[in-house]
Amino acid sequence: MGIEGIGARVTRKEDKRFLTGKGRYTDDMVVPGMKYAYFIRSPHAHARILSIDTAAAQAMPGVIGILDGKQLLADGIGNLICGWMIHSKDGSPMKMGAWRPLAADTVRYVGDAVAIVVADTLGEARDAAEAVVVEYQPLDAVIEAVDALKDGAPQLHPEAANNLIFDWQIGDASSTDKAIAEAAHVTTIEIHNNRLAPNPMEPRATLGIYDGAEDHFTCYTTSQNPHVARLVMSAFYNVAPENKLRVIAPDVGGGFGSKIFIYPEEVVCLWASKKTGVPVKWTSDRTEAFLTDAHGRDHVSQVKMAFDADNRITALKVDTDANLGAYMSLFSSSVPTYLYATLLSGQYAIPAIHANVRTVYTNTAPVDAYRGAGRPEATFLLERTVETAARELGVSPAELRRINFIREFPHQTPVIMNYDAGDYEASLNAAMAAADWNGFAARKAEAAGRGKKRGIGMSCYIEACGIAPSAAVGSLGAGVGLWESAEVRVNAVGTVEVLTGSHSHGQGHETTFAQLVAERLGVPIDNVNIVHGDTDKVQMGMGTYGSRSGAVGMSAIVKALDKVEAKAKKIAAHLMEADESDIVLENGELKVAGTDKALPWFQVALAAYTAHNLPSGMEPGLKEGAFYDPSNFTFPAGCYIAEVEIDPDTGTTDIVQFVAADDFGNIINPMIVEGQVHGGIAQGIGQALLEGVHYDENGQLLTASFMDYAMPRADDLPSFKLSHQNTPCPGNPLGIKGCGEAGAIGSPPALINAITDAIGTNALTMPATPQKVWKALQSAH
Amino acid sequence: MYATSYHRPSSVSEAAALLAATDEAKYVSGGMTLIPTMKQRLAAPAALVDLRHVADMKGIRIDGSRVRIGAATPHAEVAASSALRSACPAVTVLAGLIGDPHVRHMGTIGGSIANNDPAADYPALALALAATIVTDRREIAADDFFTGLFETALEAGELVTAITFDLPEKAGYAKVRNPASR
Repeated sequence: MGIEGIGARVTRKEDKRFLTGKGRYTDDMVVPGMKYAYFIRSPHAHARILSIDTAAAQAMPGVIGILDGKQLLADGIGNLICGWMIHSKDGSPMKMGAWRPLAADTVRYVGDAVAIVVADTLGEARDAAEAVVVEYQPLDAVIEAVDALKDGAPQLHPEAANNLIFDWQIGDASSTDKAIAEAAHVTTIEIHNNRLAPNPMEPRATLGIYDGAEDHFTCYTTSQNPHVARLVMSAFYNVAPENKLRVIAPDVGGGFGSKIFIYPEEVVCLWASKKTGVPVKWTSDRTEAFLTDAHGRDHVSQVKMAFDADNRITALKVDTDANLGAYMSLFSSSVPTYLYATLLSGQYAIPAIHANVRTVYTNTAPVDAYRGAGRPEATFLLERTVETAARELGVSPAELRRINFIREFPHQTPVIMNYDAGDYEASLNAAMAAADWNGFAARKAEAAGRGKKRGIGMSCYIEACGIAPSAAVGSLGAGVGLWESAEVRVNAVGTVEVLTGSHSHGQGHETTFAQLVAERLGVPIDNVNIVHGDTDKVQMGMGTYGSRSGAVGMSAIVKALDKVEAKAKKIAAHLMEADESDIVLENGELKVAGTDKALPWFQVALAAYTAHNLPSGMEPGLKEGAFYDPSNFTFPAGCYIAEVEIDPDTGTTDIVQFVAADDFGNIINPMIVEGQVHGGIAQGIGQALLEGVHYDENGQLLTASFMDYAMPRADDLPSFKLSHQNTPCPGNPLGIKGCGEAGAIGSPPALINAITDAIGTNALTMPATPQKVWKALQSAH
Repeated sequence: MYATSYHRPSSVSEAAALLAATDEAKYVSGGMTLIPTMKQRLAAPAALVDLRHVADMKGIRIDGSRVRIGAATPHAEVAASSALRSACPAVTVLAGLIGDPHVRHMGTIGGSIANNDPAADYPALALALAATIVTDRREIAADDFFTGLFETALEAGELVTAITFDLPEKAGYAKVRNPASR
């Protein structure tokens, strides 16, 4: 490791522009003639649109155009799609109801877009929007998945009887049921996973530009995967063929999954730009974000975990109802299935697992991937169940986990996943030591003397990152391959540009990817530029989500670097009249091993471009591309321990200690990894203690602003004690597993296990607000 | 925000006259609730009458055991008042806990009292200290003033000019914060 290479704690290259307000976000983009869009949205959770009268509004100052769903339909703009096909256990395909970018006849959640107003200023667009008269016939609405499945519930889509999208299963039901019937002990628990709003700091925005002379579209958008956005808008929404559509995702201020998906606004602004002849910009305000950004989680599950007389887990049975909201968002079907139920074995050797998942339409915002996407739901379910079982069995929670840990790799679970490497006990031991687990009893007694109830809880999580082998996900229903691409361009002076299909929206790629180049080529990271987020610059890519940029994106860069290095060595060997196999690349020089002959890197790069003296037949230039398709998921894992003190008078939870012991495989930049873990734990604590999306019974969103939706703040969080017990991932060249979501996955069950330990009752749902904790305490005594 | 007109009176009588002169006019002081509400187009006053430059409505006076805080006094001034801190530190502590520094320098005690947001601090103080709410028309006991959620005994156009209370023997202030909107 050099001072800037792999493993170095390099401060982030991109932070100068972010910290000085010089980032260039979609809303910063200004083009000549640009006008502003305001979306008219449904105030009803469920209603028929009877009429839309725009006559008065059209005549208002500054108005350029007002367009509605009927016009969009007439112009052949397609339905928004879900790109992952899931089949029910009876073999029938999932029931995808039509999602119009602008609703033409029915609205299905508060915030459903109905029309777009384009005007000279945003104020004028809003004024005109208020003058548009939309006549609705309100219909009954349904909010919770369990209610939507009941006979007589309001029906959202004609395609989906009883609002059921699919009824899917994984694992072996009969062996699972048999093991449960024969078990020495069965733990039964109902698990709720609360609905969350992602809340990236930058709200969504888009700028649609139609160039009539070239019949060409440009879409600036807040996307985690601009190439996928282009592919979907081109192939399914009939906006334009790919060569006539450029998608640019410039600086993006956080995504957490919510910016993976293609939303109505991108499509509608592009279409509106063509219809009105002006570039059209839309920027979400915070309430629109709460209403329309895809939410996360929202599961209700029934769980049975069976044990033999030696406290070994013999079976796990899970029955989950997952609320997908009013429409199927882009990857919504994969989250409660292949990203969730495939992780239900956790860190444990469980011989029999069966999971049944029903996904359901309700009159709420669409639900899709949010930091962790399925794995937090699996981990919360499993770790709450194991903790509950330990209490019922009268064994220590650490011991029960230890008894059941998987210890040999590779390990094939009963639910598809094949774990490649890990050492779960190492993380457990490290976390318990860091938390001074054995000293807890004394701390609890001391806290009791102060009138506080102290509790401790752990969570041993595993997750799957680096999504994923294209053939494997294809066989499971994915509509795309999940490889990544890279191009390494060495300039004539030896500086380097890396074009990557990964997209950075807070992850620090401009630093970590440059560190990889510095490690391999010996050039300073200041001489390396990372180019991403523009379909005209980067040939193709699958974007950033599922902690895949390191494991998949960087692996593609490694492949391209291998090719660059091989060619540079050929040139150097030729110039120094040495054998190619004797050339080594060290400290920015190409050397003939065992001699003092050496050429600096830039000189070899220059030689490649002057082409005055290249090996016979070699093409000039030094630029190579590569595609990398992973061979497996990666499996980050770890152990988190939370220690809390509850004030029994107020129910307030004080997190007095939080320990995270993670195995992320090899690490490129420890500082950035720690930042990812800190942010993930903050979001996990948010889910456990503070956050929750609430609709009233009519489908009005009660948590539509930061006045009502409680985000975690610095003073809600303790200082975290982090450590790493890394086992390199054998599946990719850098041994990387991924670290972007672990914090959000591992932390909620640790906290709820700690709080329920403190208050002596297990009946507690997230978010564990002071009121809920206080009520639980009252019912426990 | 919709277009509005802005007026800056320097006396209570001028303020009342300006308010009466325009239909749908509203008093504004710190604007901590009104301005965000206007930005969200949930309020659309035709005129704003700014109370922050009415001298009679500003400042803190301690007269023996009686305290008078002008309605247009910002929270930061209350929090920083050394006279008040030695007379009744609970009041300065309370003022120092309101919102954030920006809010404390803009928001005023009169606005807080008149708005009667259940999350606000001053209504609790007024009740606990049996304060009197002084308006341009009368004096109202705190117990009679706060009538419900965002509801008060104020009549249309009635203006809170000061809050007065007797110094208590002892006082303390503890706050259970709304985790979202604290």
